[in-house]
Order: sequence, then C-alpha cells, then structure tokens
Amino acid sequence: MVGKTIKKWWPIFILPTLAAFIIGFLWPFIWGIYLSFCKFTTVQDVTFVGLSNYQKILLDSTFSHSFWLTVAFAFLSSLTINVLAFAIALALTKGFKGTNVFRTVFFMPNLIGGIVLGYIWQTLINGLLSKWGQPLLALSARNGFIGMLILLMWQQIGYMMIIYVAGLNNVSPDLIEAAQIDGATSGQILFKIKIPMIMPSVTICTFLTLTNGFKMFDQNLSLTGGDPGKQSQLLALNIYDTFYARSGAQWKGIGQAKAVVFFILVVAIALIQLKATSSKEVQQ
Amino acid sequence: MEANNKKKSIIPTIILSIISIFWMYPIFLILINALKKEAAITTSGVFSLPDSETWNGFANFVASVTQMDFLKSFWYSLIISVTSVVLILLCCSMCAWYIVRVNGALSKAFYYLCVFSMVVPFQMVMFTLAKTADTLKLNNPYNICIIYLGFGAGLAVFMFTGFVKGIPLEIEEAALIDGCNPVQVYFQILIPILKPTIISTAILELMWVWNDYLLPTLVLDIKKYRTIPMAIQYFRGSFGHVQMGPMMASIMIDIIPIIIIYLVCQKYIIEGVVAGAVKG
Repeated sequence: MVGKTIKKWWPIFILPTLAAFIIGFLWPFIWGIYLSFCKFTTVQDVTFVGLSNYQKILLDSTFSHSFWLTVAFAFLSSLTINVLAFAIALALTKGFKGTNVFRTVFFMPNLIGGIVLGYIWQTLINGLLSKWGQPLLALSARNGFIGMLILLMWQQIGYMMIIYVAGLNNVSPDLIEAAQIDGATSGQILFKIKIPMIMPSVTICTFLTLTNGFKMFDQNLSLTGGDPGKQSQLLALNIYDTFYARSGAQWKGIGQAKAVVFFILVVAIALIQLKATSSKEVQQ
Repeated sequence: MEANNKKKSIIPTIILSIISIFWMYPIFLILINALKKEAAITTSGVFSLPDSETWNGFANFVASVTQMDFLKSFWYSLIISVTSVVLILLCCSMCAWYIVRVNGALSKAFYYLCVFSMVVPFQMVMFTLAKTADTLKLNNPYNICIIYLGFGAGLAVFMFTGFVKGIPLEIEEAALIDGCNPVQVYFQILIPILKPTIISTAILELMWVWNDYLLPTLVLDIKKYRTIPMAIQYFRGSFGHVQMGPMMASIMIDIIPIIIIYLVCQKYIIEGVVAGAVKG
C-alpha cells in the first residue's frame, strides 16, 4: 500500500535526483564513451574515427609509464596503509590511557583536501631533501613517488584505522577469552581469531585504499605536478594532462579513450578485489 | 597484577605519543612558516622557528585575505558546500525511500546505476560534464549544486537505501491510513527516523564537496569564481613568483575551521565514517 501511494508522487520523490543524476553522471558518461571513438577539440567539430584513439594510446609512452606507475602505487599504498592502520587499531583497542586522543590525532589529516595536503608535504619533504642534499621533488621521480606514498599514508591511515577499530570492537570478548583458556598464544589469537573475524573490515579498507590509490589526482597535481617531465604522473593526472595541456587536434579524443581504459581498469580491479577478499569472510 | 598492568600500559602510551607528535608536525610546520617573514621561508630554512628577526606577526594572514581575495573564496566554498549537501540530503533520502518502497524496474535500475557511479573515476566524465554544465548554465556557484546532486547521489542513495530497508512498513502504513499524504509522512516520520544516517551522509558529502578541486575548476569560470582549493592551486600554480608567506597563511585559514569543526563534532564524524564504511 505504501509503495502504491508513493508511486503516484514520483515527480517529487524520485524525479529531482534522477534528473540531476542524468545531467551530472549518466549523460556525460555515455557521451564520454561515444567521444572516445571520435576526434574533436570542441563539441562542435566531432568526427567519428573508430578505434584509432585506442590505437594511439599504445603509441603514447607517457600512458604506459603512468599506467604501471599507478598500478605499483595503488598496490603499494594499499598494502602499507592497511598494515599500519591495522597495527595502530590493534594498539588502540588494548584499552590503555589516551586512546581517544590518539584516535583524534591520527584521523585528522583525512579532513584536509588533496590540494592543500600536497602543498603541506611539498614544503616538508623539499625541506628535508635539501637538508640531506638530495634532489628536490620536482627533479626526482623516485622522490616524488615516495613523497606521494608518504602523503597518502598520512591522509588515509586514520580513516582505515577507525574502520579497523570498529571491526575489532565487534569481536566478541568471549571468543578471545575461550581461546586464552584453551592456551592460545597472543599471536594465535591475532591470526586465528581477530583477523578472520574482521575480514569484512579488511574487504572495505582494501577496496577503499585500492580505488583511492588508482584515482588519486589532487595530491599528485599539487605535490609533484607530474615533474620531472611527466615521470611522476599517475593515470588520472596523465588523462587530465592529455585533455587540457597538450595542443593538437587529436589529443582530446585520445584523452577520452584513456579515460575509458582507466575506468575499465578501476572497475575490474575493484570487482576482482571484492570477490577475492569477501570469499575469505567468516559467516557468523 | 594491578601494578604490572599499569607498567605495561605506559610504554605503548609513550610510543603512540611520540608518533602523534610526528603526526601533527606537518601542520605545525606550516603554522610556524605562516608567521615568518617572506625572506625567511626558504626551502631548507622551513624548519627553523620564527625569531625576533623573522617574526612577521599576522601580516601574512592579512595579505592572504586582501591579495588573494581569500574571503570571497571562503564564501564560494561555503555556499557551494551548504547548498549541495542540503540538496543531496533532501533529494536522495526521498529518492531512497521511493526506491525501497516502490519495487519496480526503474527503482532497481537506478539503484544499481548509483552503486556503479561510485566506482567510476571522475576523469571519465570530466570533459563532457563540464560541457553539459555550460549548456545548462549550471556553471556558477549557485547552480553547481545540481551537478553535485547528480555526482554525489551515488553514495547518498546507497547509504539511505541501506537504512530505509530496516524501517518497518507498519508506521508509514498507519500514517497513510490516518490521512497523511506521502510528503507529510516523509517529513514527520521518515526524517526523524533517518536522523543518524542524515548526519553521517552529511559529513561524508561535506568532506568531499568542501575539498573538491577538479569538478569546480572545470565547471566554474576560474577568473570569476574560485573556491578555496582552486584559489590555493591558482596562486601556487600560475604565478611566476609565489609569495610563500601568504600561501602558508592561506593553508592555515583553510585548515583551522576544519580542525575546529572536527574537534566539536568528532563523535559524529567518526560515526559517519564507520557507518559509511559498513554500508559500503
């Protein structure tokens, strides 16, 4: 009955969101897929060129470089963030003094935007590098990569830690007590009880860190800007650069084709990851 | 036994305190440089504290507000964030209620599209979205909230449907029988029940819109309207000679309100993150 009544009121309940969703996402998405098969500089001079944009991606060495850089970055950042966030969460659930203060401190960087984060860390890292006589961020792709990794860790460890703390607090104390009575060591309790019990949190955190790592843009733009010579460009920035920083009629189409490849990559990784980790979840 | 436990808890507290100090250091570093004179902010000199010679008081903050038109940026960021989040909360909670209660093909399709939109990287739609916004005249700080509603709908609809599913149908039925229309039921029954989810979603969406850089950059005219992230990138990225002092002060002006709001609403923010993750 409720359903039937609301259904008549659809112009109020679903239309605004649906219309905005079509304007803000669905139409640009479909149009974007179409444009990836076209050559264009503005929306007025579109000519259909078939798969040639996709062929040109293969010849663009900046793309394959940032492709592998992004894959390495996403997996490395996901691994380090999850391990450290879990370690801190484990320490914070032991119930000693000041837990709340530490939680507050560790989470805080997450609220700062990517652009600002980039400039904060640029100041700090360049300061350290010049003290140590190392090449600055703009001159060394290796330092830029490590810099982005540290920045993302600082930003996201707090967030993931909160999720792990919530997961660990849900593990029943009875279960751990029973294991202790049976003579389990703290290592066994960690690997045989706590980690299997919080697999849903692991799934979420891996998903979030992996997709965030792949999609990272703001921090890349402000911390290194892709320097030196596009060597520290992750995929999102590479696509942006192809669209707006390169002159020549062919680049916008190629940029859009790169975006489609990027989209397929992110969706595929997300699906594979969700399948892999959620199969390890314990049914309660 | 008791004493032993206490001794044990001191060591991790000390270790975590040291890590916490390191954790806060980057922000402290920006603060001390925001208080220094221009000449004292060099690449390797950023670590020294301001002394009587390099102390610049609040001159950098004044310069940031006057030269960079930072108050205007603050206003644009504020108006965009508030209108977008209010619109997202209102429309998406209504929409989620419809999706859950009207179990048709449209509801199902729209729900899965929303979930799908959360994974799609922004670069996929950035060019076409900016063009669409131009055509529909959504390219100013007062209309851009419609774009945010469209792009932010995924997360909000997802969170709200997860919650509405758990609400028993009987309350709404009773209200309808008593002669309420769906709009009344929504405002008088659903909104009070949804309050915790509304707060969580508001926080997640607010964090996103306030800090968003690329969407407003592409949609808005950067010469006329600059949100805070746009202003910081604009002044840092495009000027030949960057005034480091006002730059550091601008970063502090961006961070200070965030920290204050965080310290006041900490409980809600952390609950919001957990709720978002559990649903996600």
